Amino acid sequence: MSSDTPKNPQRVPAGGPHPGSGSPGKGKDPDWASGLRRLYDSVVEEPLPDSFQDLLDQLDTKK
Amino acid sequence: MAAEERTASEKADFKRELTEVVPHLRAFARGLCGRADMADDLVQETLLKAWAAQERFQPGTSMRAWTFVILRNAYLTDMRRNRFRGEYDETVAERVLTAPAGQEEPIHLSDMHRALLTLPPERREALLLVGAGGFSYEEAATICDCAVGTIKSRVGRARAALNAMLADGNIPKRSIDDNAAHRAILEELDDVAAGQGGSRN
Repeated sequence: MSSDTPKNPQRVPAGGPHPGSGSPGKGKDPDWASGLRRLYDSVVEEPLPDSFQDLLDQLDTKK
Repeated sequence: MAAEERTASEKADFKRELTEVVPHLRAFARGLCGRADMADDLVQETLLKAWAAQERFQPGTSMRAWTFVILRNAYLTDMRRNRFRGEYDETVAERVLTAPAGQEEPIHLSDMHRALLTLPPERREALLLVGAGGFSYEEAATICDCAVGTIKSRVGRARAALNAMLADGNIPKRSIDDNAAHRAILEELDDVAAGQGGSRN
């Protein structure tokens, strides 16, 4: 029980290392490109509805 | 390989990573199907499927990429059963897509979202993965189970379409309601699903 994480040496945070940093392709993005990322990020940053925590809690009871 | 029973601590790791990725699943789902309630249903379905399939997850690989594949497949299946109509819910969007206070943006998020939803699904998902989710072309190609060149071309076309719509202020009002557009979307979906490696039929 003390050996924490046998595998998984360096876990990457769920977001991954590059939140749109180098959107591949070109150096200069049109205005809407940042809007697209914000659209995504705005949902990521929303507080999670309780139903999700409830569901995650229930997972353990199913095998 | 990864086919043996998981130990308790591996299961705990899996669950923690799954929990961390939920906000990203919600963001991807919302971008795909456009409605917050349906998107969340899709995420819940994805979580259950991911949990049931956890022995197929390789610890140390990207949980986000792995679960996105599950979510995407669930979305395509549901789409073909016509559960999502690709409708754009203005009220939900207005509430959800308000820009952070104090930050004036040239593009309204609701315009952005509406424009995004007019794209054919496979271009929309490609752009979401690369342009919003920050995946590389290679990662996106793995998630969509297609060639890297295909992803590049889809992203390129999606960008061109958004440029035309957003840069020129030519955002379609509610073209999703349009029957012809809807049919076109469903036809494209058939292609997408057909290219999916024949997991069904």
